[in-house]
Amino acid sequence: MLLKKLSELKGTSGAEKAVRDTLREEIAPWVDSISVDKIGNLIATKKGSEPAPEILLTAHMDEVALMITEITPDGFLKFRSVGLIDPRILVSKPVQISGINGVIGAKAIHLQKPKERQHALKLEQLYIDIGAKSQEEANKHVKLGDYAYFMTKFESLGSGFFKGKAFDDRVGCYIITEILKKNFNLALVAAFTVQEEVGLRGAKVAAYHLKPDFALVLEGTISADMAHLEEEDWVTELGKGPAISIQDRTTLYNPQLIRQVVNLAKEKGIPFQFRRDSRGDNDAGKIHSSREGIPTLSISVPCRYIHSSVSLVKQEDIDHTIQLVEEILQAIPDHFKF
Amino acid sequence: MSNAQNLPDYTLLERLSQAYGPSGAEKGISEKIAAVIQPYCDSLTQDKLGNLIAIRKGSGKKIMIATHMDEIGVMITHIDENGFLRFTTVGGVHVAELPHRRVQFQNGRTGIISMEKLDKPSDLKLSRLYLDIGAANQEEAEQIVQIGDSAVFTGELVHSGSRILSKALDNRVGCFVAIEALKRVQTEHELSFAFTVQEEVGLRGAQTAAFALDPDVAIAVDVTLTGDTPKAHPMEVKLGNGVAIKVFDHSMITPPQIKQWMTTTAEKYKIPYQFEVLEFGGTDSGAIHLTKGGIPAGVLSIPTRYVHSPSEMIDSKDVEAAVNLLVALLEGPINL
Repeated sequence: MLLKKLSELKGTSGAEKAVRDTLREEIAPWVDSISVDKIGNLIATKKGSEPAPEILLTAHMDEVALMITEITPDGFLKFRSVGLIDPRILVSKPVQISGINGVIGAKAIHLQKPKERQHALKLEQLYIDIGAKSQEEANKHVKLGDYAYFMTKFESLGSGFFKGKAFDDRVGCYIITEILKKNFNLALVAAFTVQEEVGLRGAKVAAYHLKPDFALVLEGTISADMAHLEEEDWVTELGKGPAISIQDRTTLYNPQLIRQVVNLAKEKGIPFQFRRDSRGDNDAGKIHSSREGIPTLSISVPCRYIHSSVSLVKQEDIDHTIQLVEEILQAIPDHFKF
Repeated sequence: MSNAQNLPDYTLLERLSQAYGPSGAEKGISEKIAAVIQPYCDSLTQDKLGNLIAIRKGSGKKIMIATHMDEIGVMITHIDENGFLRFTTVGGVHVAELPHRRVQFQNGRTGIISMEKLDKPSDLKLSRLYLDIGAANQEEAEQIVQIGDSAVFTGELVHSGSRILSKALDNRVGCFVAIEALKRVQTEHELSFAFTVQEEVGLRGAQTAAFALDPDVAIAVDVTLTGDTPKAHPMEVKLGNGVAIKVFDHSMITPPQIKQWMTTTAEKYKIPYQFEVLEFGGTDSGAIHLTKGGIPAGVLSIPTRYVHSPSEMIDSKDVEAAVNLLVALLEGPINL
């Protein structure tokens, strides 16, 4: 199952090779050309029956992970995060570094003083234990700069939920792969970007050399629809359909474009919601401001617990997102204008 | 030099300042400006981000004059079951100053911002605020506004001696100065007036406009702060002391030759001016000067008190000095 395969791949910012190679293989039968640009973005083109307009679909390949920064004399590994991770979710997680298993460790609770128990452990207090007895032994298996990934298995959960790591943004990569299997009248370019989590870097390069007429960013975004939070803080809700962005930290989305997507979704009976928060950012930040400007929209699948070791998505949200993207592409250019 | 002695028409400034145009939804103000400047330019177009570009053809240097049309505001993120709205900020809004301000939507509906009951004043933050548009319930509210709609602060324009108070003088006064200059200027140079979008959220419109225009030199016209109010942060700029020539802010260090050009021109035509060093903030020139291979850029600033409040204050003497200096710069020789 492709989403499972993508979720379990290891590929963080600057080290996306495994994801790139897998996606390349998956899309090869369905596209006209495949290339990799200088920063590592995977670019695929699919000619339509018409040469124009040219539509760019993007999803980023990188996930958040950890990088080894120090090997202590006792053989423990110190690390920093690649991309934004809440340090409080790290302790006790199993990780894998270059094929070696490890655990993120800390002092057992029995040994903690009452005062210590009141504060969440900071990143600097954590370490990865790979069962090495010394620095020398650890050095045989790992080196500085290696990446540690969460070892989360993809599984079905409850009724129609999936649990797994890296849905931000393997779910976007999955959606684009499914779209590439279909045919449209227009010219499609898919950019599976690198280094989104550390500053939208791949997207900036891709937009500059691809110069599309319109761009659609597919993301996995925050869903905080938990009972203990107020409804106005949920951002998005699982099961309510693809989330359309209106504002985030780096993009103010064009109200006329949003209005058209909303009308299209209503007309075709596709459930949708708005991404109701302005924090966070994504590849659209660098795409819409590229060169003379590119009309851009972001549509996201709601994910609970993103940027942690395990997230939750709902299958129906993924299916409805694919449906909505398909309708948008069918509507261009006569019934969807930019 | 064609410096008309007649004063600018401040009713235009009033119309511009009172128009609706938050970052990301500048269509309304763009149309108003287009209608005014149409007779004065050779071409008038809108680019992909919504920037309004007016070109006056010429054979000399290509000069870009950038003034942003957008103002700060709030954007609706949630409509609750009782018809109250939750919102996020658009641009640099001071959250602590929001309670009990009036805001207005594009369709004219006015609302008031208020807050949940706080245990102590320091608990005040964005998530504790809500907007009341007088709707009785969720259904009624949804007839009036939608998630994603933005509202701007209300604040009518009033004259107070030689000073003017209004909302959105940042940067409708900049647009006003540019329009006045466009009406008066007669020059060999090619002028591209870019009425830009989304400056308040990150100088975004200026970036794409500059890329497309690729001028030889750029001048932004925007507001700056002053240091002349009680116990203000030390700053030399004073209301009424003339147009401010920007030397430094957090988006740009003005190239010495640009500063020289502006200073020499102001001296030559005896236009009152002052130097401005702003220890934070940015303007469109911040984005323009880093575009493509780099574009020499400067800024003419209008000293303004109470920036980003609903009652910003400027002095008409500074406005007139800005118009005169801008016209003089656009008409004179440019050897940078």
